[in-house]
Amino acid sequence: MSTIAAAPEPSYIDVSYTLRSWLTTHDHKRIGLLYVVSITFFFFIAAVAAAIMRVELLTPAGDLLEADTYNKLFTVHGVVMVWFFLIPSIPATFGNFLLPLMIGARDVAFPRLNLASWYVYSLGGLFVIITLIAGGVDTGWTFYTPYTTMFSNTHVVAAICGVFIVGFSSIFTGLNFIVTVHRMRAPGLNWFRLPLFVWAQYATSLVMVLATPVLAMTLALVAIERILQVGIFDPALGGDPLLFQHLFWFYSHPAVYIMVLPAMGVVSEVIACFARRPVFGYRFMVYSLLGIAVVGFTVWGHHMFVSGQSMYAGMVFSLLSFLVAVPSSIKVFNWTATLYRGSVSFEAPMLYALGFIALFMMGGITGIWLAALAADVHLTDTYFVVAHFHYIMVGAAVMAYFSAIHFWWPKITGRLYPESWARLAAIVMFIGFNLAFFPQYIAGFLGMPRRYHAYPPEYEVLNILSSAGAAVLAVAYVLPLIYLGWSLLRGPRAGSSPWGATGLEWETTSPPPRDNFRRPPRVDGPPYAYDTERGHGP
Amino acid sequence: MSPAAGQNHSPGARQYVLTWVALLVLLLVAVGTAYIPLGVVNVGLNLGIAVVKALLVMVVFMHLGISRPVVRLAAVAGFFWLALLFILTLAEYVTR
Repeated sequence: MSTIAAAPEPSYIDVSYTLRSWLTTHDHKRIGLLYVVSITFFFFIAAVAAAIMRVELLTPAGDLLEADTYNKLFTVHGVVMVWFFLIPSIPATFGNFLLPLMIGARDVAFPRLNLASWYVYSLGGLFVIITLIAGGVDTGWTFYTPYTTMFSNTHVVAAICGVFIVGFSSIFTGLNFIVTVHRMRAPGLNWFRLPLFVWAQYATSLVMVLATPVLAMTLALVAIERILQVGIFDPALGGDPLLFQHLFWFYSHPAVYIMVLPAMGVVSEVIACFARRPVFGYRFMVYSLLGIAVVGFTVWGHHMFVSGQSMYAGMVFSLLSFLVAVPSSIKVFNWTATLYRGSVSFEAPMLYALGFIALFMMGGITGIWLAALAADVHLTDTYFVVAHFHYIMVGAAVMAYFSAIHFWWPKITGRLYPESWARLAAIVMFIGFNLAFFPQYIAGFLGMPRRYHAYPPEYEVLNILSSAGAAVLAVAYVLPLIYLGWSLLRGPRAGSSPWGATGLEWETTSPPPRDNFRRPPRVDGPPYAYDTERGHGP
Repeated sequence: MSPAAGQNHSPGARQYVLTWVALLVLLLVAVGTAYIPLGVVNVGLNLGIAVVKALLVMVVFMHLGISRPVVRLAAVAGFFWLALLFILTLAEYVTR
């Protein structure tokens, strides 16, 4: 068996350098990197759309873009960011790379399905690019009926096809992770010895597998009604427009947890490492991950408080939405308690992780406002909602993504990155994000509606601040590209565990060999066996 | 888990064919009874037939009858989530 061979093995990068070897690989680590390249590409497409919108919003008049163009820009920004960046961001990249390493396996359960998921993702992406080249789509990322089915003259079906297809890549990834965690754990690695990152991937995978088919069916129904005029959502044909919103949000609210649960997994690993303490209340952290995944399925109606749904349903969905704050709060309290009396240091991954907690709290607490029926009537469709979900989906989830990039960079590439630059980027990102989005809370609270390219002059200062913040944020997103690119070529070599972190992934070489471990690992104890007295790093 | 529970012997061709025939018979019964005016019983009968057909597909074609408990749990989870979608959506619809 190759894992017990004495001769040094080449790393997964050095196995072969040909393009063909990458495009036909079954190695979970290489597939993770294929996803990194793809989602970075789509991130920049969506970011450019956001940048143009922020330039338009510098002045109250709609003087840079036509209203229709603006509609297309926020649609492409939403569609691409949600389905082609955020949903696959941590699971398909770090989940793919790390999950087998963390459980002591050689690969995921279905390596070919794993590669297929990337090709399916790319095919979905191709549809989106075709949609853009053909002239775009203007429905918003939510594809609300009846506009989508009856009125929009843009390329709705092509965009829907792209999202429909990319959903299958999520399902493939989720299915793969569930089976991998059930069947391929190393000897001794029982369920309550799993790192929280693995638990987070597992909970996320459950959501992916259970929710994504509903999105696929919903979008298929939209296409059927639009093309064939079959009455599903149109009341004139015997349909119900609210049915679309029920079906869409049954997927799309849990989709927020597809984005944020893996981020929570990352933060748990990073905080334990840089506080040199086991995660406080490990079992509660596990139960709260699963609790968020399950309860998150029952709150979708809070997107429909003013849509004409039943008042009683609104009350039930409001209460359930308050309920989901409980497991989320448990996590924040436990991360904070992990820091207490820890030997805390502030390396770049830790700065990003602490940024996650701060922004997640802001996003979470304003979520409570929006879950309150009366407050939501005032705040619906204002910039308050835009700020709220950006704090969760961009602030928190993307900060965690960058935390993961920096934390596992030495493991993935075998190189160290310049720490000072990375800390600077983390701080600039935190400042830029808050400058970009906090003014939007105020603008929204004062009544500024979302999805318009022009606005009354009294909102101008807030919008200038927001656009300035977006510029700072752009710098913070470009900085890592530069110094990580340098690290890739010139960075000092990393040892197997440069942070002195615990976990099976740190026991193998950096970068790991094709089959991950020279000898099949065994696990004898709980995770996060940090010794507070030991101090930092070897 | 008992050793027996971990075994997974696929049903033979004969069992598949018999199940298929049973599904066709149930289909004919469903179509046939639709022509007999039984009032609300029609609806109950058709839903009952649909349940039996679904169970046949799940137990035989999807191998749930011989699967390990965790696989059955996965199928139950699918049903649970579908029920969640239906119940909350319909509860909203009927209280509008």
